[in-house]
Amino acid sequence: MLRIALKAFHPAPLPFPLLHVDTTWKFREMIAFRDETAKRLDLRLLVHTNEEGLKRGISPVASGSAVHTQVMKTEALRQALDKWKFDAAFGGARRDEEKSRAKERIFSHRSAAHAWDPRNQRPELWRLFNTRIKPGESMRVFPLSNWTELDVWEYIRAEQIPVVPLYFAKERPIVERDGALVMVDDDRLPLKPGEKPQMRRVRFRTLGCYPLTGAIESDAATIDDIIAEMRSSTKSERQGRLIDYDEQGSMEKKKREGYF
Amino acid sequence: MNAPAFRASPLPTLRLLTCGSVDDGKSTLIGRLLFEQKLIYDDQLSALERDSKKHGTTGEEIDFALLVDGLEAEREQGITIDVAYRYFATPARSFIVADTPGHEQYTRNMATGASNADLAIILVDARKGLLTQTFRHSFIVSLLGIRHVVLAVNKIDLVDFRQQVFSEIADGFAEFAKPLGFHVIKAIPISARYGDNVSSKSERTPWYEGPHLLEFLERVEVEDESRAAPFRMVVQWVNRPHLDFRGFAGSIASGSVRRGDDIVVAASGRRSKVARVLFGGEDVQEASAGDAVTLTLADEIDVARGDVFSSPDSRPEVADQFAAHLIWMSGENLLPGRSYLLKIGAKLTPATVTELRHRVDVNTLEKLAGKTLALNEVGFCNLATTMPVAFDPYAANHQTGAFILIDRYTNETAAAGLIAHGLRRATNVHLQDLAVTRQARARLKHQRAAILWFTGLSGAGKSTIANLVEAKLHARGVHTTMLDGDNVRHGLNRDLGFTAADRVENIRRVAEVARLMTDAGLIVLCSFISPFRAERQLARELAAADEFLEIFVDAPLDVVMARDPKGLYKRALAGEIKNFTGVDQAYERPESPEITLRSAQDSADALADQVVDELAKRRFIDLL
Repeated sequence: MLRIALKAFHPAPLPFPLLHVDTTWKFREMIAFRDETAKRLDLRLLVHTNEEGLKRGISPVASGSAVHTQVMKTEALRQALDKWKFDAAFGGARRDEEKSRAKERIFSHRSAAHAWDPRNQRPELWRLFNTRIKPGESMRVFPLSNWTELDVWEYIRAEQIPVVPLYFAKERPIVERDGALVMVDDDRLPLKPGEKPQMRRVRFRTLGCYPLTGAIESDAATIDDIIAEMRSSTKSERQGRLIDYDEQGSMEKKKREGYF
Repeated sequence: MNAPAFRASPLPTLRLLTCGSVDDGKSTLIGRLLFEQKLIYDDQLSALERDSKKHGTTGEEIDFALLVDGLEAEREQGITIDVAYRYFATPARSFIVADTPGHEQYTRNMATGASNADLAIILVDARKGLLTQTFRHSFIVSLLGIRHVVLAVNKIDLVDFRQQVFSEIADGFAEFAKPLGFHVIKAIPISARYGDNVSSKSERTPWYEGPHLLEFLERVEVEDESRAAPFRMVVQWVNRPHLDFRGFAGSIASGSVRRGDDIVVAASGRRSKVARVLFGGEDVQEASAGDAVTLTLADEIDVARGDVFSSPDSRPEVADQFAAHLIWMSGENLLPGRSYLLKIGAKLTPATVTELRHRVDVNTLEKLAGKTLALNEVGFCNLATTMPVAFDPYAANHQTGAFILIDRYTNETAAAGLIAHGLRRATNVHLQDLAVTRQARARLKHQRAAILWFTGLSGAGKSTIANLVEAKLHARGVHTTMLDGDNVRHGLNRDLGFTAADRVENIRRVAEVARLMTDAGLIVLCSFISPFRAERQLARELAAADEFLEIFVDAPLDVVMARDPKGLYKRALAGEIKNFTGVDQAYERPESPEITLRSAQDSADALADQVVDELAKRRFIDLL
């Protein structure tokens, strides 16, 4: 999405800043990649953390995935949008990702309280987007709505776009929890009795907060390998996102409350 | 925002729409297609086998319809999933399927799905043949300009694979579809449940010699009409990072453009040459339909967002009046005369429906008379925009011939529109330039022209106050005139009633007359309940920018009911008068009136003084 934006506005610089909502539990390599990318492309990067949540001691380890996601992601995103008074925010979400995402519009209207109302969405015909909002309301915009996961990787290959190394298979310290392969990214992850990190050859298909993101066993070490693996995969992409399963109708509920 | 174009497959992504109700086997067909492309993941498949035994209607076999049962369950919870998109790919081609479940809002949802589709699969149950809904589906598909249709004659197993049943349906459809302008109609006998002719050739229909469904979809060439059409590009954004670069960014709607081509800005008629074509940040020789480009021009000409570039020898029409089909998508009915926002390309302009020529019965294609359009109704209308817009007929160019109407207060998308043709009147009647200006006429009277628009509930005191204001102004030597709601209805508007539609027309006429009177330099006092914000906004827009003063005569409903000077509330409450504001029709309070008068607190005389003082303060009067 960043590559497409850079192309669309060339030769002007990006007319908008980038925003990252940092829960402080993201993979270290992801944060390093974020900072390196912003520097390399000379982009304005805004980072927001819900400080009040940090003070309350919210974390995926202590509070569980549902509370952590609500406070450190959803509420933090709302704080950030209010703080900088953004009336639109782009997101890379695609309709093929998840059931409730499939109902999402490209221009998704949010109330002044950032709420999404799936029952009352504006019809979207042709390429005519109704971008009208009232003061305080906002839009979430998903330009990649009609792309599939495979499309994204084929575009990365065609454009030779750098990606976070975590997407490639490598020996990494892993503990297995409830069937998910969780990477021990730093020493904040408390190990349960009997748990001992083992080096396993894994990669990630999606990158959330590290204690809430499951890896897959894989030998795919190049983009070509990843594309080949994906073509034969029998599992869906968000299977690694533990937050999708923390309660019934999870994603839709989060989205109504303001999650991307 | 289209699907990406970098894929290795030789043919572009095919966007298709499936039409048919649950009973026709649409869900089963989609489920079957996904299953056979191995797009059902392991966990989903094991759940499906379990569910099939429990809920399915197919005995021990897998019921593919249950794959979309998520949708059904959600509908039971009251969530309308209007259009769901599904994605699958074969080695030969990628597909995006727009699936439109739900019966109630079928027209709206089908139109939405069809607006971006290249091909439609229309399902027919072989046992039932062609039904009313087959006609409805075909009409909407045709209206939205889809030219490739697959007639999937499903459940062929239930008619013992008989060729005669299939042929009768196929022939009947071909006959019916003649006026609908389809280029390709491919009838295929299938059984979605057993997979016959879905993604492999069935041995049980030896008499059928054509391709199976997937084979047809993989090979069909939907000729991209947009490439062959004349060059059109809507300017989305003026790219001006520094003084040495001024580019115009947008997606090419149709045709192609090369460096050095002559182009023209449609609305202004200004011409220039293309200096550079930037595509993906790099200079290229040529770009064509679908490409998002930035053009620079050889000359400094005036270009803004919403302008349309075209080739000089084949220009779009430019007019402020045109005829179009409207598909109504809002729960609030169309009101002819009401001001909506019209979005075409990247241009947004106020517009009104000036005439509803007829409604279309989507089941029979009959033309019906009507005064309004309700949700899911289709009509053929004349529209007028406040500024001229560049467009092509929808049939010639979908990108430049389609528009949406937006409700000005709720911001909801009220309608989708497909332009049929410009109205000649608009292109040929030019405004007469007047030698004596309106300002000159007003100056002679030592005043500035104004419209004082008194709005409020019946009995709030509008006319009383307006009469006092006029008397006071007259005493000061100010030239005025009065348009009063009750009086106008005895003459100019005596053909109008009190329905919402008639109220809109009432206000439109009054606003036009008031504007003519301000041309004469007068201060015009208008006293109308005018309950709808949209109509007061319309009146405001007809007036010159600073010449419209909205005066809200604010009195609580219980006070005016108690006053009831004409005994009207009593009769309305008794049901003798319908559509009475404050009783069974809403009054929308002004959001930011220039003057608010609280008639429950102050005397009419004091309030009239307040208005006169305000006029002096704003320098409308006493300009000696």
